[in-house]
Amino acid sequence: MSDPNIINCEQALRHLFEYLDRELDGDLQAQMQHHMESCRSCFSRLEFEQTLKAHVRNTGTEHAPDSLRDRVGNLLKEFENKSQGSS
Amino acid sequence: MQHSNDFEAQLTGVLDRLYAAALHLTKNRANAEDLVSEAVTRALKNRDSLRDPASFRGWIFRILTNTFISNCRKNRNCPEIIPGDTAGDSEADFWLFDRLHQPLLLFWGANPEQEFLNNVLREDLAKALDKLPEEYRIVVLLSDVEGFSYPEIAAILDIPLGTVRSRLARARSRLQKSLWQQAIDTGFVTDPAERLRSESP
Repeated sequence: MSDPNIINCEQALRHLFEYLDRELDGDLQAQMQHHMESCRSCFSRLEFEQTLKAHVRNTGTEHAPDSLRDRVGNLLKEFENKSQGSS
Repeated sequence: MQHSNDFEAQLTGVLDRLYAAALHLTKNRANAEDLVSEAVTRALKNRDSLRDPASFRGWIFRILTNTFISNCRKNRNCPEIIPGDTAGDSEADFWLFDRLHQPLLLFWGANPEQEFLNNVLREDLAKALDKLPEEYRIVVLLSDVEGFSYPEIAAILDIPLGTVRSRLARARSRLQKSLWQQAIDTGFVTDPAERLRSESP
């Protein structure tokens, strides 16, 4: 009889992204970790998705331009003045 | 209510991230600045609704995405309407890893996925993200770029947790399909099926 605590490749791939996103509950997270440590094929897929995700994350590195910083600074000052005027 | 200096410091601390997210959403630098300014104005007006300063980041991203979605609807300039969330899972069935392991791609060597990743440029990913419909782009942005958890995304977008999961799966699949298509278009890979067709007499 198969061990209910051991998941197969099909199940592992179904939960791959949730595992990657750390969204699984403790038991399943542990089962996934165990599977990844023992299955070269699923581990390769995990590594691929992990790296691709890191690349996607890097697209979010931008510096807000000075013009925007000035606009936001002015909004903050304006709001502060209004708040002081009404208090 | 939070002290104004703390609020200002928190806002300044996330401004780069807000601008980057706005840039992904609007695809245009001037519009991204306008979107962030509008979101900041709304945030200042509704500052009292921020009960816990620790949840500032989720709160301000919620305002940013809501402002974007409401402008998009108001101006009727959402270029693509996504299928309903009840659409089948067949939309989430394209994965680059599978494509890269097709037998006819073996000429790339023993590690085609590494070869592919080494050659994916930031602009390729930005372009693929830009091609996603708004609702898909937003979940990828919140999850993969900003690192929000599924429950946080559900709260930011005011959608059920299951919808976050299904949208994210479809969005990632579409993103990978788009990257694959870009790789074919630039001649970086040749689709084996296409190659077989062109080589047949």
